[in-house]
Amino acid sequence: MRHLMNPLDLSVEELDRLLDLANDIEKDPEKYAHSCAGKKLATLFYEPSTRTRLSFEAAMLNLGGSVLGFSSADSSSAAKGESVADTIRVISCYADICAMRHPKEGAPLIASMKSRIPVINAGDGGHQHPTQTLTDLLTIRSLKGRLGNFTIGLCGDLKFGRTVHSLIQALIRYPGVHFVLISPEELRLPDNIRDDVLRRNKQEFKEVVRLEDALPELDLLYMTRVQRERFFNEEDYVRMKDFYILDKEKLKLAGPDMMILHPLPRVNEISVEVDEDPRAAYFKQAQYGVYVRMALILTLLGLEGSVC
Amino acid sequence: MLNVGKLNEGVVLDHIVAGKSMDLYHYLKLDKMDCCVAIIKNAHSNKMGKKDIIKVECPIDQLDLNVLGYIDHNITVNIIQDGEIVSKKVLSLPKKLINIIHCKNPRCITSIEQGIDHIFFLADEEKEIYRCQYCEEKYGKAKK
Repeated sequence: MRHLMNPLDLSVEELDRLLDLANDIEKDPEKYAHSCAGKKLATLFYEPSTRTRLSFEAAMLNLGGSVLGFSSADSSSAAKGESVADTIRVISCYADICAMRHPKEGAPLIASMKSRIPVINAGDGGHQHPTQTLTDLLTIRSLKGRLGNFTIGLCGDLKFGRTVHSLIQALIRYPGVHFVLISPEELRLPDNIRDDVLRRNKQEFKEVVRLEDALPELDLLYMTRVQRERFFNEEDYVRMKDFYILDKEKLKLAGPDMMILHPLPRVNEISVEVDEDPRAAYFKQAQYGVYVRMALILTLLGLEGSVC
Repeated sequence: MLNVGKLNEGVVLDHIVAGKSMDLYHYLKLDKMDCCVAIIKNAHSNKMGKKDIIKVECPIDQLDLNVLGYIDHNITVNIIQDGEIVSKKVLSLPKKLINIIHCKNPRCITSIEQGIDHIFFLADEEKEIYRCQYCEEKYGKAKK
């Protein structure tokens, strides 16, 4: 039985197969409309999420399966003090596969160690968010035509931004990726990613504070939100939240083919006037998120080869 | 120097950094074992100036000596059988630590989930850095 805790749980070859499957689903969704008939997905969301939870649910419904679950810790037995380990043992009796989001880092890993069904990490605190990474990789590969040989700018909250951590870990496996890390001093990339991932793999990267300095050289810009829920101190959040705002004026510094990604939800960091720019790909990215989750559910349930 | 009698079967831990023997006593869970233990603090050492020594009289398989590699791999471990040193164990950093150190990251699931093992894996042998299996928080030996 396979789980997905970290994007690196999949080899490059497995990832390629998964992305190929997602592209095939994109081309002909009808072909997959009943492939999970009779199967149930449990969405165990211990903290609020709109996009990820609904994306998982849409993915399972598109495959002809059903969904059950909860969308906050308050409406689950966690409010009564039940452990993650006990919850997953019980859910294993009700569903065929599970997607778990939890504010505590490592909670889905605990679940996977006790589970009788595949567990997908749908985000654990500031740690990992592998299905967002799969979404990002599918979007880049589909719209750029390649994974590798580009310069990507990662901008915003690089300290707590789990999507950024996961994406870096996934992209270092491809050749010719240059990273430009754009963040205020207080929200720089944590050392476990900078030292253990980038430096150890002799990966080229540079760190800058001003977005304007980086824009001209980028093929991709990955914007992130400064997340209020990751700060223990409201004052720090308020000071940081509007540090970067991408608007039409700044975009003049970027190349005509630079692609703008954002894991969403967006707050102020991308001005709404940018939405109509052909370089803005973040809403397409949300659509790719459904396709890749469909491909993942099929793969973890061992049903990827059952569709002709 | 104090003299403590020879062991018949057990372990002599020599060249312990002076003052650290009680830490080892707890790490090795000797407080929970019903065996004869001698702790010598601040003994003279030509190599170290001062050192601690622990002698434990017990069957060798009752002790988890791997943890010593994490605490101090310079400790000399003499295995005693029939009153003689039969081997010296070479210590190295263990690949995994279970319930030896605890994760201090307040965002880690170990801060709220009851009854789970605190597991750290060796992430960088050269820098002696461990990371929590669950949240990957760094734990350098300097923090010990």
